[in-house]
Amino acid sequence: MSQSDEKNTSSNNEIRYVNLYESEAKIYTRKVKGFYQRLRRYTGIPLLLGFLLMPWLVIDGRPAMLFDLSERKFHILLVTFWPQDFMLLAWTLIIAAFALFTVTVTVGRVWCGFTCPQTVWTLMFIWVEDLCEGDRNKRIKLDKQPWSAEKLVRKGGKHSLWFLIAFVTGATFIGYFYPIRDLLAGFIPTISLDGIVWDTPAAAIFWTFLFTAFTYLNAGWLREQVCKYMCPYARFQAVMYDKDTLYVQYDAARGEKRGPRKPKDDYKAQGLGDCVDCSWCVQVCPVDIDIRDGAQYECINCGLCVDACDAIMDKMNYPKGLIRFTSEDELETGKTQFLRPRLFGYFAIVLVMMSLLSYTIYTRSPLGVDVLRDRSARMYRIQGKEVHNVYTININNMDRQTHTYRIELEGDLPYSLKKYHAVPISEGEVFTLPIRIAAPRAAIKKEKHDLIIRIIAEDNPALVATESTVFMAPKAR
Amino acid sequence: MSTFWSLWVIVLTLACIALCTWVLFANKKVAKRDDADAENNTTGHVYDGIEEYDNPLPKWWFQLFVGTIIFTAIYLVLYPGLGNWKGILGWTSTGELAAAQEKAREQYVDSYDAYSKMSVEELSQNPEAMKMGVRLFANNCAVCHGADGGGNYGFPNLTDNDWLHGGTPDHIKASIVNGRNANMPAWGPTIGEEGVAAVTEYVLSLSGLEHDATLVPAGKEVFGTICTTCHGADAKGSIAMGAPNLTDDVWLFDSNRETIAGTVRNGRVNRMPAQKDLLRDDKIHLLTAYVYSLSH
Repeated sequence: MSQSDEKNTSSNNEIRYVNLYESEAKIYTRKVKGFYQRLRRYTGIPLLLGFLLMPWLVIDGRPAMLFDLSERKFHILLVTFWPQDFMLLAWTLIIAAFALFTVTVTVGRVWCGFTCPQTVWTLMFIWVEDLCEGDRNKRIKLDKQPWSAEKLVRKGGKHSLWFLIAFVTGATFIGYFYPIRDLLAGFIPTISLDGIVWDTPAAAIFWTFLFTAFTYLNAGWLREQVCKYMCPYARFQAVMYDKDTLYVQYDAARGEKRGPRKPKDDYKAQGLGDCVDCSWCVQVCPVDIDIRDGAQYECINCGLCVDACDAIMDKMNYPKGLIRFTSEDELETGKTQFLRPRLFGYFAIVLVMMSLLSYTIYTRSPLGVDVLRDRSARMYRIQGKEVHNVYTININNMDRQTHTYRIELEGDLPYSLKKYHAVPISEGEVFTLPIRIAAPRAAIKKEKHDLIIRIIAEDNPALVATESTVFMAPKAR
Repeated sequence: MSTFWSLWVIVLTLACIALCTWVLFANKKVAKRDDADAENNTTGHVYDGIEEYDNPLPKWWFQLFVGTIIFTAIYLVLYPGLGNWKGILGWTSTGELAAAQEKAREQYVDSYDAYSKMSVEELSQNPEAMKMGVRLFANNCAVCHGADGGGNYGFPNLTDNDWLHGGTPDHIKASIVNGRNANMPAWGPTIGEEGVAAVTEYVLSLSGLEHDATLVPAGKEVFGTICTTCHGADAKGSIAMGAPNLTDDVWLFDSNRETIAGTVRNGRVNRMPAQKDLLRDDKIHLLTAYVYSLSH
């Protein structure tokens, strides 16, 4: 806010007051068609369809993908993961992060430009904006217009469509955590004399609307500001670039000096480069930067300016690629040293971690066993010629079917197991089984003996868990 | 909290909020000199040759900050936070705990109610009820009786169908609800060391354990005059007194000579605590059934 009207005074100590908090300028992007837009569309649509349809998929009468937070179980395709498998989730996320680093080293921030939900939804919302309000110039004009019936219809239509997309997104997302059929069926309240009743828990409805609201705000209003101010990846991606990373760059050597010309002109004679200074690359940019200023941290490598510039170059009958995915090395020396130690290192790390994770998941046993020695007044019980120790065995059946387990003992002494009730343990149940193990006093030589308790499924001998513990006894006198 | 400290907290809290608000709004505008270098818009901070821009904050950032202040004000009205102010929602952490416990109880109330209507014999055959029983027993009884109910030195074995105070469902329930007290007097002063030694040998002989046969007749005589009152003429014990059966080789304490002699000489005081104030009736009913199931 300028307090003085005279901007161009040369009075040296005039003081102005500037607002510390500024609204961001609204970005109006021009629509553009081209190779990278087609690429994004054909890779994005299957992924979007997958995201939308996955919660509806049912295998063997259970949701194919359900993160059941209240039960603390993650059902992913044919496997159910328990809280104790949390390490696997952690490793999956670490691998995902390293895969992202690998991609960044290779081709820069293409995750941001092509697959990040923030960008994908933003571009979807911009497409809706274009549908309702027209292209860039029309939108700028519409915003400047006073309110009219037409403006109301166009703006209203845009926001309604935005909300619709946002709601579908929110409901789908919550559908991964709460069975989506129940979620949507319970959304329509039954109104009776007892009042209004929703079948879906209030929490599920709340989260659905929260995600709807955030989708609408993020893709409709915040857009590139998420990438510029909030996203942590955006903050540190630049340090992973090296001189052979492929990212969107303007070929200044070819483009400068920029300037307008007629197609028939011999522009080289005028001392001009290939850039016609049409500013299309700026107009299509979703983060509102001028790529011709060189690499900037806001750039998300989406390729919109590449398509825009290529279209202009086509019109002018110049070769394409004035703005293209290229590396510093290529711009300087004309060649990219694509295979380089850094890339091999990243690939190797990702491959090793992926194989380890696959191996761990493949060999994961759906049977968890904990053995606790009884901590009571005495360490052991002497009964006539025998010494007894008591153990509590927690059998956690993580398989998707009911099993009956038997117990086998192994160790230093001729152990015997006292009577216990073997009961079938249904899927997902944690069963507590107290057992009493006896050993003849005559065999005892020391105070602490090794004992191995093996829990074996009766119907599947491969399903086995082995726990080692100790057996306490009085030293023979 | 006394009134002084309550005021102290209130003043400090409100002063901090006011200060934050003031800082936020007071710095809304900064003075810029016209002759400042428009190109060099930095704070003047330099770290390793990296300079810091002095760009304005985004407006939404400022609005978020204002939002947090408004949230704070609403929160402090609704919830306790300002000294002794209780908040108009009346929320307390103890209330939250009570609500959570009530919720947990409601989760199981259906099964407990169903189980409470069943007889102990019926319940002991119900695998689902017994799974609950295992956990109840582990939480409330296993410390003394062992995780499997097999007992311990001085704590009865609940799995062997040998009962000190009776093994019918009613007996078991009475033991849990009201607890049990069993006292054996110290006989050492009365019968002297020879008496103690003789009775010990006789008691050993009753269970067919290794004993000195020469002392048995004397021991039997002492036993007949003193011990039969509680343990019975046949030494088979009495559930009314809680006196153990001495003929079945089941021992609450050890079966060696020193331990038995010690019991005769010094007596024993054994007590099971009453659970009626600690456990709800439906839980006691389920535990009764579980204990019953251990020996049936």
